[in-house]
Amino acid sequence: MIEVDKTNFEEEVLKAEGLVVVDFWSPKCEPCKELMPHVAKLAEKYQGKAKFCKLDTAANRRLAISQKVLGLPTIAFYKNGEKVAELTQEVTVEDVEAKLNELV
Amino acid sequence: MSELYDIIIVGGGPAGLAAGVYGSRSRLKTVILQKGTPGGQAATTEELENYPGFPRGTKGPELMKAMADHAESFGTEILNEEVVDLDLDGDIKVVRTKSGKEYQSKIVILAPGASPRTLDIKGEQEFRGKGVSYCATCDADFFEDLDVVVVGNGDAAIEEAIYLTKFAETVTIIVIHDEGILDCNKVSAEKAFANPKIKWVWNSVLEEIQGDGLVERVLIKNIKTGEISELETNGVFFFVGTVPNTEFLKGKVKLDDRGYIITNDKMETSVPGVYAAGDARVKYLRQVITAASDGAIAAFAAEKYLAEEETFREQVLKADKPVMVAFWAPQVEESIAAIGELERIADKLGDSVKLVKMDTYRNQRVASRYGIKEIPSLLLFNKGEVAVKIAGSMSEEKILPHLYARIKSK
Ligand SMILES: Cc1cc2nc3c(=O)[nH]c(=O)nc-3n(C[C@H](O)[C@H](O)[C@H](O)COP(=O)(O)OP(=O)(O)OC[C@H]3O[C@@H](n4cnc5c(N)ncnc54)[C@H](O)[C@@H]3O)c2cc1C
Repeated sequence: MIEVDKTNFEEEVLKAEGLVVVDFWSPKCEPCKELMPHVAKLAEKYQGKAKFCKLDTAANRRLAISQKVLGLPTIAFYKNGEKVAELTQEVTVEDVEAKLNELV
Repeated sequence: MSELYDIIIVGGGPAGLAAGVYGSRSRLKTVILQKGTPGGQAATTEELENYPGFPRGTKGPELMKAMADHAESFGTEILNEEVVDLDLDGDIKVVRTKSGKEYQSKIVILAPGASPRTLDIKGEQEFRGKGVSYCATCDADFFEDLDVVVVGNGDAAIEEAIYLTKFAETVTIIVIHDEGILDCNKVSAEKAFANPKIKWVWNSVLEEIQGDGLVERVLIKNIKTGEISELETNGVFFFVGTVPNTEFLKGKVKLDDRGYIITNDKMETSVPGVYAAGDARVKYLRQVITAASDGAIAAFAAEKYLAEEETFREQVLKADKPVMVAFWAPQVEESIAAIGELERIADKLGDSVKLVKMDTYRNQRVASRYGIKEIPSLLLFNKGEVAVKIAGSMSEEKILPHLYARIKSK
């Protein structure tokens, strides 16, 4: 998974072509840390079909809020730079994969 | 199909982890099935200051990590699995998980805990993760220099509100009671009243959450005057109690009408070999210490159960001669006389029969399994099956014919 922050979010997500999945997390969020390894596995499984990024919201609060993310964990799906779907709180990896299948 | 465990614990909050410590320390093969990281609700609070021996400044995630390490150090396995279905009726319990696996054990300890209660206020669902939150530790740092509202006034609400003041510019607590009245403990109330960042709205409830993509304002209703006022805010935190995570247990063990698991003081549920511990059961105080206490009791009772069952199996069901199982109780005079009589009979027959005494005051399980209603009672077992059942006083005339018949038929 690509680590994104305020310096490369635009390049990696908003200007990217195709499907980009962004995992919003923070070091204090236990559910986020439990979800992330599962999302990383999806990243391998869907290699070439979707790009997977992670964003530490504690270090990039303004960026997260600009993406209307104000709660964790949040998994946002972007298509050609446009947010097309979002899962937030009580997210399971099954939900993420189902949404992914809908979008690829 | 997996190997057979002695104990499967469902849920790895403080109740499940304490049960793990006690279970594995008694050398029982113990596994905790926990969806996600262990720790439960207690791992979602930074302010955990009332667990004895762990003073001010103790953080929930750290204490829970220590409990998990402690359980593992005695051999408890902790697996990342969500339990979706259970088969609890037989001697061997079967537990199925979302990942499609099956686990088997002799004992199940249910410790699924509780989740935050939602109020179904207009906007609450829509703005989840958009400013509406149930976990201060998870989301507090988003609200640095912003304004938030807290709904609720119990221990969790007031303590989490104080925590939020480390981040937010203002924290407005909406309280349904008259001015100055809170449901939380006095120490936290005093701390909150002295905190300049905390503001109060009394006699009020949250009516609606509004915004465009993110929370922007809330509507607050004064329950005395009926008046509705608007307050600009960036976040709304709900701490209005919890509901038990027992949906998957409906029809499996007895629940009360609010969904809490019913147990006795040994943590036994309505199903033999199945115990419950922690916030998910009917109890008076739901805290880390009482959850841990429940877990200890459940694992201890489970260990006794396993030992008793094992003894019964070895001594009665697998015996190679007829076995008289005598049900007595120290407070029933007649039953003590009956035991004396049976001992005489057993002596007389020497090696060809066996006598096993069951103190029903200490162990009612076997008695109730075999439908024993009267004390004294005698069950004559032959080849693992009940051959004869006799209630009331015991005498040679009543018993010997049955014994002779069995001994001869051997
Ligand atoms: C914000 C907040 C602050 C608190 N502050 C304090 C405090 O300061 N002091 C204090 O003593 N107490 C505090 N409490 C209460 C305390 O956290 C609980 O009483 C305690 O955690 C209950 O423990 P438990 O093990 O019964 O359940 P939980 O802690 O709820 O743990 C249950 C676990 O089981 C898991 N689970 C549920 N269903 C399944 C399933 N089907 N399969 C697998 N796993 C499952 C859950 O994911 C969870 O991890 C607080 C609670 C909250 C919410």
